[in-house]
Amino acid sequence: MIVDPISLMVALIVVSTPLLLAAIGELVVEKSGVLNLGVEGMMIIGAVTGYIAAVETGSVTLAFVAGMIGGLLLSSIFAVLTQLLLSNQVATGLALTLFGLGLSALLGVGYGGTPMPPVRDIFPQVMQDIPVIGPILFGHSAMIYLAVLLVAAVWYVLTHTRAGLVLRAVGESHEAAHALGYKVIRIRMLAILFGGACAGLSGAFLSVARVQNWIDGMTAGAGWIALALVVFASWKPWRLLIGAYLFGGIAALQLRLQAAEIGVPVALLDASPYLITILVLAVISSDKSRLAMNAPAALGKVFHASS
Amino acid sequence: MIRLEKRPTPSRAWNIGAPILAVVLTMIAGGVMFALLGQDPVEAIRVIFWDPLFHERFAAFSRPQLLVKAGPLILIAIGLALGFRAGIWNIGAEGQYIMGALFGAAFGLALYPSESPLIFPAMVIAGALGGWAWAMIPAILKTRFRTNEILVSLLLVYVAEAILASAATGWLRNPEGMGFPGSRDLARHPGTDNPEVIAGTGMHWGVITAFIAVIAAYVLLNRHVLGYQIKLAGQAPRAARFAGVNPGRLVILCLGISGVLAGMAGLFEVSGPAGQITIDFNVGYGFTAIIVAFLGRLHPIGILLAGLLMALTYIGGELAQLMLGVPASAIQAFQGMLLFFLLALDVLANYRIKRAREVVA
Repeated sequence: MIVDPISLMVALIVVSTPLLLAAIGELVVEKSGVLNLGVEGMMIIGAVTGYIAAVETGSVTLAFVAGMIGGLLLSSIFAVLTQLLLSNQVATGLALTLFGLGLSALLGVGYGGTPMPPVRDIFPQVMQDIPVIGPILFGHSAMIYLAVLLVAAVWYVLTHTRAGLVLRAVGESHEAAHALGYKVIRIRMLAILFGGACAGLSGAFLSVARVQNWIDGMTAGAGWIALALVVFASWKPWRLLIGAYLFGGIAALQLRLQAAEIGVPVALLDASPYLITILVLAVISSDKSRLAMNAPAALGKVFHASS
Repeated sequence: MIRLEKRPTPSRAWNIGAPILAVVLTMIAGGVMFALLGQDPVEAIRVIFWDPLFHERFAAFSRPQLLVKAGPLILIAIGLALGFRAGIWNIGAEGQYIMGALFGAAFGLALYPSESPLIFPAMVIAGALGGWAWAMIPAILKTRFRTNEILVSLLLVYVAEAILASAATGWLRNPEGMGFPGSRDLARHPGTDNPEVIAGTGMHWGVITAFIAVIAAYVLLNRHVLGYQIKLAGQAPRAARFAGVNPGRLVILCLGISGVLAGMAGLFEVSGPAGQITIDFNVGYGFTAIIVAFLGRLHPIGILLAGLLMALTYIGGELAQLMLGVPASAIQAFQGMLLFFLLALDVLANYRIKRAREVVA
C-alpha cells in the first residue's frame, strides 16, 4: 500500500490543528459581526514570536504563550482601527496580513534552524501502543486535545451561556444590542483579541510543534483556509472540526502522495488543498437558504452609535 | 470624552491631507522601527526616501528603476481600485499577474526562435487573456454561486504559484539551460523583448500602458455611465439595483478589467525587467498594489502618485539593504504600516471629532 492509513490519520490530526485553532478564533470574531481578514498575518506573527520564545527560553509552554501574545497584540491594531476609528474591515484586515508577513520576516532574521525542545505526548506509552486507536487517539501532545476542547468550550459558551447570547446578538444586529444597553464596541474588541490570541497560538503550534522550524512565509495560506473553513462550517463550531480534519486530511494525503511518486503532477498535488477549498466554498455558498440563515447579519458592517 | 460625528460628505481637505499625513507618520514610526533595529533613524529614512533620487553614486542607476517598479504597481492598482469602489474585492492580483506572465511567455516561447515584430503585441494580448481567465474563476463563482470572491481570488494565488513552479522547472524550462530552472531569456531575444522605449529612463511598454490606464480609468469614472454605476454600487448597493445596475455584470466587468491589467503587468515584467520565467520572478506587486490603490484613494491620479511613492520605498529598501544592512522584509513592514496610518486617518475625512458634553440620559 502506498499510504499507511494509521500514520495518515495521525498526520491528519496534527496538520489540521493549526487550522482548527485559527478558525475557532475567527468564528467567534465573525459571530460578533466583525470580519477580520488578517488571520494569516496574526498566525505568522504567532509563529515567529512562539519560535523565538522557544529558542530563547527552551520552554514549549512559554512558546505557546508568546505566540498567543504576539497574535493578540497584532489583533489589537485591528481592534483599534476598526472599532474606535471605524475603518473599513476588509481593507484593515488585508493591511494586517501584509504587515504581519513583513514584520514576522523582520523579527525572524537570524532565527530558524535551531533545534526545538521536544513536545511531549501526554498519554503513557502503554496507551499509545494499543493497535490502531493507540497512535490515533493517544499519540499526541497536549495542544491537540486542547484545540478540540476549545471548540467544545466555544460551542458551549455561544449556545448555552448569557455571554454567548450577547455576543451573537451584537453580531446579528448591533443597533438592537446597543439599544438594549450592551457595549457593542467593547464586546467586539474582546472578540477580536480572542481571535488574535487563537491565531497566534495556531501559528506557534505550526512553528514550534509541527514544522519545528522558522521559515519566512511558512503559514502559506493556512490563515486563508481557516477563513474559508468558517464559511464551510456555516459558523457552527462542531462543523469546524469536520472541516479542519477534512482539509488536514487532504494536506497530509497530498504530501504522502508526493513522496510516493505516483505520477500525479506535483503542481496539482501542491495546489490541491487550495483547489478543494475553492470547490467546497462554491458548493456551500450555492445553497442560498442555509448561508443566509447562519451568517451573522451584521457581519462586516461598521457600527457608529448615533446617540 | 471625545465623540465622532459623521460628516454629511467626506471632507475634501482631509481626503488629500490624510495620505500626506499618513506618509509623515509612517516615516516617524518607521524611524522608531529602524532605531529599534539599531540603525540611525534619520539616516535610514534618508536612504529610503532621498537617496534613490539624489544620491550622487546610486541615483543614476536607481532613478530609472522608479518607473520600472511604479509601472506594474500602477497598472494593477488601477484595475483593483475599480473593483474596490464597487465593493468587489479582488485581492488575488498576484495570481492573475503570474498567469498573465505565464500565458504571454508560453505564447512567445512557442514561436521561438522567430523574431517577428508581431510576436510581442500578441504576447501582450495572451498575457491579458491569461490574467482575465484567472480572474474569471472568482467572478463566475461569485455570480453563479455567490462564493466569496476575496477567498477564492486569494486562494488562486497559491494555485498560480504551483503552476509557475511547474513551468519554471518543467514545461517552460530553457532546453539549453543545462537543467537549471527558468525559461529562455525573453528580454534578450528580439521579438519577445519589452525594451526601454526611451533609453535610460526605465520607460518600457508596461509603464506606457500604465499611464494610458490611468487616463482611461479617469475618463471611465468621471465621464462614462459604467464609472457612475461602479461608484453607485459601492456607495448604495440597494439604490444601484433600483437604478437598473446589474450587480452580476459589474462583478464580471470589474474582476475582468483588473485581471486583464494584472495579466498585462505580469507579461511586461517577465519580458522586460525580470527577463524570464523563474520560480520566484513575482515579487509581490499584486499585494503591494492593494496598498497603492488605497493610498491613492482609489482615484486614478492618486494611484499614479501613490505608485511612484511605493516604488520609491521599494528602491529605497534595496538601497537600505545594501548600505545599512537593513533586512529586506523591513520595507514590507514599513508599507504595511503606511496602510494602517492611512486607514486610521480616514476617520478624519469621514467624521468630525467633537468633544462630547456630558449628557444626562
